Amino acid sequence: MDDLYREVIIEHYKNPSYRGHLDPHDIQFADNNPLCGDHIEITLQTAADGTVKDARFDGHGCAISQASADLLVESIIGKPLDEVKQLNKEHILDMLGIELGPVRLKCALLSLKVLKAGVYGLGEASDSLVE
Amino acid sequence: MLNVNEIRKDFPILQRKTHDSVPLVYLDSTATSQKPTPVIEAMDAYYRRSNANIHRGVHTLAEEATAMYEAAREKIAKFINSPSARQIVYTRNTTESINLVAYTWARANLKAGDLVVLTEMEHHSNLVPWLMLQSERGVELEFIPVTEDGLLDLEAYKTLLARTPKLVAFTHMSNVLGTINPAADIIRMAHEAGAVTLVDGAQSVPHLKVDMQTLDADFYAFSAHKMCGPTGIGALYGKAELLEAMPPFLGGGDMIKEVKLRSFKPNTLPHKFEAGTPAIAEAVGFGAAVDYLTKVGMENIAAHEHAITEYALERLEEIPGVKLFGPSADKKGGVAAFTFDGVHPHDVAQILDRDGIAVRAGHHCAQPLHEKFGIPATSRASFYLYNTKEEVDLLVNGIYKVKEMFG
Repeated sequence: MDDLYREVIIEHYKNPSYRGHLDPHDIQFADNNPLCGDHIEITLQTAADGTVKDARFDGHGCAISQASADLLVESIIGKPLDEVKQLNKEHILDMLGIELGPVRLKCALLSLKVLKAGVYGLGEASDSLVE
Repeated sequence: MLNVNEIRKDFPILQRKTHDSVPLVYLDSTATSQKPTPVIEAMDAYYRRSNANIHRGVHTLAEEATAMYEAAREKIAKFINSPSARQIVYTRNTTESINLVAYTWARANLKAGDLVVLTEMEHHSNLVPWLMLQSERGVELEFIPVTEDGLLDLEAYKTLLARTPKLVAFTHMSNVLGTINPAADIIRMAHEAGAVTLVDGAQSVPHLKVDMQTLDADFYAFSAHKMCGPTGIGALYGKAELLEAMPPFLGGGDMIKEVKLRSFKPNTLPHKFEAGTPAIAEAVGFGAAVDYLTKVGMENIAAHEHAITEYALERLEEIPGVKLFGPSADKKGGVAAFTFDGVHPHDVAQILDRDGIAVRAGHHCAQPLHEKFGIPATSRASFYLYNTKEEVDLLVNGIYKVKEMFG
């Protein structure tokens, strides 16, 4: 179990650094995981050079979904949006440092799905964004 | 009382280990029950010896298969004290049974503005079919409220009945709160107001002795897989005069008496509602499950579950941070849904799983009920004839572990 609930995950879940809502923002997107009711909203401010100036996440859910969101937001601040568009599930799994079964993978990838749908300006977040 | 150690020997899966070496503690029977050897063997024997398509065949295997399929129906009818086997329609599950009523009886009898009364504790399977009918037909839906302690507000129900609903559809036992609703009273009151009744019996038939002739329900839906039988088969009980008057459901083979290029005559009950080759082996397994439960005795099962549930609620209540949902043990079946402060139910379930403890986490297909209590999800432990007090202790120890991890 210690492999799944590594200290980094519990820490980011209990004391997230990037929980919040940016106002004003340039990009905003939110979605649920219908299986478990996890909810994530991401707000982003962009800089003139096409990088992420600042970002925050908000929502509720399990430790995996909330810690992933905190780690993800931390990892994209200062990055070019073009680079953010290329992020895939490996990025999340590398940061979490764990392997996940199909059910919990959905929890872990919810924030990335929300982020990419927002950055691409899509109306709907689909699973294909994070495969 | 039943001998739980003997019962456990009947369920081969309970011997298995998870995560290499941890014994399985299966506390998820409300989602689906495990299967005893007699059920597994009955289905295996059917495929090894008697497999054939039913009804039209005249050869030996077809006759055997037909006899087995129909014998199971007789057993199921007797199990719920249906006046006859022809009032038992095989379906895929409770959901399909409810949809059958929604697509046939309801579409033939309900029009815009007609009132359908449901409850706030329904599983999505007894809510979404009526929401679909609402968008299609403009029927109105009202809900019997659930009180803070997880019971139906029967005073509010009386007020709704004054509006002369056409249908009252409700669950006999909540899959989240465990509440056993006073079904006979609800049905009697509905009938006095002139309404037809449909009962979701998915959780009640596996755990309680139910009697169609005492309850007087017009329709009663249940699934085999929650009562020691296989997945893929369920049943709809209906009053004969209602079933007779209803249009057929799916069209195809076996549901017809006569077909011409431009017309058909539907078959008699119950075949009128059973189009196409059905789940024959599953029906045989369903019959074996009913035999098994009858042999153990439904009163014994209910008493055993009551003892386990009472103990579980008492032990869970002791844990600081645990909040239980639903009424006290005397008003509920073997279900304990709870939240644990600061930890999401999914994390609780995942950490318990590492100790081999299988509980469910989520909204358990009852999202509106969770919204009512202001929570997105719960963890749910549920108990059946094969669970023990020792397993409850393991659950409680597991929750203390969660507490330690999330500190």
